[in-house]
Amino acid sequence: METGIHELTAGYALDALDPDERRAYEAHLEGCAQCRDELAAFWQTTDALAVAASGPAPGAELRGRILAGARQEKQVVVPLESRRQRTVPVLAATAAVAAVVALALGLWAASLSSDLDGTRAALERAQSAATVLADPDARTVALEEGEGRLVVDDEGRAVLVADGLGPAPAGKTYELWVVSHGGAPQRAGVFPGEEQGRDVVRLDGTVGPGQVVLVTVEDAGGVDAPTTDPILGSLPA
Amino acid sequence: MELAAPVVAFARSQERPAIRRQHAHLSDEALVALVARGDEDALAELYDRIGRIAYGLALRVLRDDRLAEDAVQDGFLAVWRTAAAFRPERAKASTWVLTLVHRRAVDLVRREERRRAEPLAEEASVAEAAEPTEEAAWLRFERERVQAALGQLPDTQREALELAYYGGFSQSELAERLGVPLGTIKSRMFAGLARLRELLDDSAQEGSWRPEFTS
Repeated sequence: METGIHELTAGYALDALDPDERRAYEAHLEGCAQCRDELAAFWQTTDALAVAASGPAPGAELRGRILAGARQEKQVVVPLESRRQRTVPVLAATAAVAAVVALALGLWAASLSSDLDGTRAALERAQSAATVLADPDARTVALEEGEGRLVVDDEGRAVLVADGLGPAPAGKTYELWVVSHGGAPQRAGVFPGEEQGRDVVRLDGTVGPGQVVLVTVEDAGGVDAPTTDPILGSLPA
Repeated sequence: MELAAPVVAFARSQERPAIRRQHAHLSDEALVALVARGDEDALAELYDRIGRIAYGLALRVLRDDRLAEDAVQDGFLAVWRTAAAFRPERAKASTWVLTLVHRRAVDLVRREERRRAEPLAEEASVAEAAEPTEEAAWLRFERERVQAALGQLPDTQREALELAYYGGFSQSELAERLGVPLGTIKSRMFAGLARLRELLDDSAQEGSWRPEFTS
């Protein structure tokens, strides 16, 4: 057994290795299951040492400083640093293309009907949504509940791309809500739900940083405040 | 839809909006996954769970309020930036967060040349005595338990562990400072940590002693 490097597990868990040794140990760790197990056990012990060091609580403003710092870094650092985020532009582009296809199909269906006003309204909605989707600076926000994503541009104009909702039940509609922390939900439009596949819906109003978008099922025509639990919800924009 | 949560649920912190408390049921690991997607509320929840312990650790290493808060802030921002690199099969999320804060504190203490590793602080107990919360009581209990376990280690092992973890000394620095061969320091640290682990396991026979960091 390479006593030397295995023995470094303790020093590593305690952050007591010099930089060169730390790098060497981390490289070793990749290929040594025994050291990974040992390290996991040692980390439980250092957790206990950490808890044992606890004393007075930090200043109340520290929490706000951390969140403000995170907010400042959000746009810049997250896409560059994170492995998972790096793949997002591709996914977002795919989602946008698929959304545009869905828009085009919706328009096509509308144009087949003799309802000229309906066609014009569909066209306007589609153009409005396409403007947001085409904006290279628009951000993609994942959903916490439901399949799809939310796309928000710099000015807060937002498009919900929802997959697999299906048509709302008879006499019902899907209603969109924009919710601030602790605030009352604001109406953001209604939509009927596509027979199959994807709904691409431009929200009324805007979505600001930290707000979330929810969808509930409501009586046809929509209501002023949600009466059911959300079936879809975004992470904070 | 009930968005107005009872005020008592927010008592631990000055500002706990209803939306954030949607994360209260999530595991630390799930929170880190959300942080990796840029979810600020998940970061806030993680701070609410682990921030106090992280601060206590940083304060122990740095012995200075302001520097300790800087270390916690830097550590949590490192969590924010690198959450996607977190590997849950390697460590608990809480361990990972504490590791990032500790590493930052050690970097700072080495830079500041603040080298004061003292026995577990007494002033902390005084501060907590005036704070009759469940969390404070649990922290006090844990501190006494770990202190008791440390007290059972041979002095040389205990010294190596405390100077490294609380003092921020590297193994080579300790070898120089204590005037013993580097190999001896490495062995003491390994044997000491392994023995401490056993002692803590023994003293935890009843129920779970490990910090779960859930609120």
